[in-house]
Amino acid sequence: MYEILELKKLAPQINLLKLHLPLITQRAKAGQFVVLRIHEEGERIPMSITDLDPESGILTIIFQEVGKTTAQLATLKKGGFLADVVGPLGIPTHVENYGYCVCVGGGIGIAPIHFVAKALKAAGNRVISIIGARSKNLLILEQEMRELSDELHISTDDGSYGHHGFVTDILTELLSHEPKPDFIMAVGPVIMMRAVCGVTGPHGIPTLVSLNPIMVDATGMCGACRVTVGGKTKFACVDGPDFDGHQVDFDELIKRQAMYQRQEKMAMERWERMCQAGSKGGAA
Amino acid sequence: MDPKERLKIPRQKMPEQSPQERVKNFKEVPLGLTPDLAKKEAQRCLQCKKAVCVAGCPVEVNIPAFVRLISEGDFVGAAKELKKTNSLPAICGRVCPQETQCEWLCTLGKKYKPVAIGALERFAADYERETGKVEIPKVAPPTGKKVAVVGSGPAGLTVAGDLIKLGHQVTVFEALHKTGGVLVYGIPEFRLPKTIVQAEVDYVEKLGVEIKTSFVVGKLWTIDELFEEGYHAVFIGTGAGLPNFMHIPGENLNGIYSANEYLTRSNLMKAYNFPESDTPIFSGKNVAVLGGGNTAMDSVRTSLRLGADNAYIVYRRSKAEMPARIEEIHHAEQEGVQFHFLTTPIKYNGNQDGWVTSMECLRMELGEPDASGRRRPVPIEGSNFTMQVDTVVVAIGNSSNPLIPQTTPGLQVNKWGNILADEDTMKTSREGVWAGGDIVTGGATVILAAGAGKTAAKDMHRYLMSL
Repeated sequence: MYEILELKKLAPQINLLKLHLPLITQRAKAGQFVVLRIHEEGERIPMSITDLDPESGILTIIFQEVGKTTAQLATLKKGGFLADVVGPLGIPTHVENYGYCVCVGGGIGIAPIHFVAKALKAAGNRVISIIGARSKNLLILEQEMRELSDELHISTDDGSYGHHGFVTDILTELLSHEPKPDFIMAVGPVIMMRAVCGVTGPHGIPTLVSLNPIMVDATGMCGACRVTVGGKTKFACVDGPDFDGHQVDFDELIKRQAMYQRQEKMAMERWERMCQAGSKGGAA
Repeated sequence: MDPKERLKIPRQKMPEQSPQERVKNFKEVPLGLTPDLAKKEAQRCLQCKKAVCVAGCPVEVNIPAFVRLISEGDFVGAAKELKKTNSLPAICGRVCPQETQCEWLCTLGKKYKPVAIGALERFAADYERETGKVEIPKVAPPTGKKVAVVGSGPAGLTVAGDLIKLGHQVTVFEALHKTGGVLVYGIPEFRLPKTIVQAEVDYVEKLGVEIKTSFVVGKLWTIDELFEEGYHAVFIGTGAGLPNFMHIPGENLNGIYSANEYLTRSNLMKAYNFPESDTPIFSGKNVAVLGGGNTAMDSVRTSLRLGADNAYIVYRRSKAEMPARIEEIHHAEQEGVQFHFLTTPIKYNGNQDGWVTSMECLRMELGEPDASGRRRPVPIEGSNFTMQVDTVVVAIGNSSNPLIPQTTPGLQVNKWGNILADEDTMKTSREGVWAGGDIVTGGATVILAAGAGKTAAKDMHRYLMSL
């Protein structure tokens, strides 16, 4: 059993979770993830690591409510327990002094890019960050990103904050003048990562993306997370989750991520009915 | 009883759920022998002076001895006799390929049907467990030596059980959230009930073995770090890790699973119980399972239980070459599985949403024997045809998981990534490190893994006592 040290809402449907995981925090590096299960009948869900502190043993995860399991997780409270947490999984992001790096984070992807940007900065890079969200109230970690970046750019789809448009607009502008970045890392919705690679491709700038396909065991045993990279099948859990974005078949990934859409909807509706029944029961 | 009378007794058949009934549930298919049936079956054994059956057993169970004890009604004694060399008789009685091992060599089998050794093994172990007669043996005084066992499948559980009894302190590290390895994620409930695996896990825990689940050795601690943490010896029993695919066009379409994923979702994650359990599975109407082994049979029979209208086995060789246990093939046939032998897929077709809709296949014919001794399937040119499918399960074996070899300098592996271990001791190229089971042999059987565990435990004990 794994105790929840903190669980709070950062924005609508976006939550911050802190867990005490002394061994994992000693080992985990930027780019890695953990898999957790919230109860005995629970599914195994991969979660990117947002931050960690090896001294206190505290690991931070920021997650979005996208289905039944994450919705249920958001209802748990400080002092509650998760059934399992396993990690660190995946290969850490390759961090070195590239020189000038651009970190692009979209939506919930700002959480993992935050950890990578921090590591890149610590390795001596000049880091320019571009973060974006649908709307101002959904933008997370602005303060943290501002502190660790040499420059921070913000976009919102609806124009409620920062640039009115997409992160790729800002990236296109950045790439239009010298010097060009030596390395770009993008984490966010698949369509955003695909768009980022579309922008960086013609410039030939190495662009790493962190993929989030469906996983089960996340140790290489099942192959649920297979992605096509450079025409070859890779397992995101053990070969990734980072891949050369210019080689990734994003369209296939989008389709594979939708594989359980029908079941996910069914589970979510059932969960909502249970919540309603529960709150009515509580009132009576 | 004189031999003539023995010969008159027909082979006793284990009662089982009817095919119509069982395809609607996940409960175990064979129901086990009753004490009377078991005694009767045991009486068929000729008690050969030269017991050839024993040579067919990878762990050399004294078969005539345990069978005689059953015939005498000493069922608990029979279980104890079995456990002298086989730590997991309730499991092996269910999943061993007896027809190619002990029962294949049974003297009776030359003229009549062989003694049902597997059914008897299962009976004795079940009787001991169900009547609460499993004794927790006294453990030897502490030796002060610590052993790390990586993986909690049949090999790891055997090593843990054997070494704890000898007074060593044992910790088992399991990557998944549940103990049992392939016995819980791979083999379905209808063939091996989880309660039986749990009983074996409980047994080693009662002996004092510490089990750490959700602990990925190679990621959290490496093998070297286990030594730094004070472990004196390490056993690696991490199983066959990565599922093989055929690398044909369209293989990443939705609806195409590895057998590992399909079975893990259904067994370990209980997706058959969705949405009561959170893990979903796609249970199609036309399911093709590729392969001819036990895993393929488990997958295809699972698909029927998940509601398939048509469940196909697509196998590139013929029935005679299928590596699956005869009982599994027989059960699959009874349940309505349709077999397409001498057939191999070459391409998948999908719809615009990325779901598989059909599979283009080629017919094969058998050519000259290959390295495995089986006749090699050769494609027949122009024999292409299309099968309509909405789910495909690829059950063509596994390669080894690289997590531990990659993070363990000096640990030698072969070209397939299997860890090299000495056959007589299971010792690896690294001082203080042993390995056994599928990570060494590639995909094999539970009994071979358990046997490797026994061998390793003996040598590890010798080593630990020499420190």
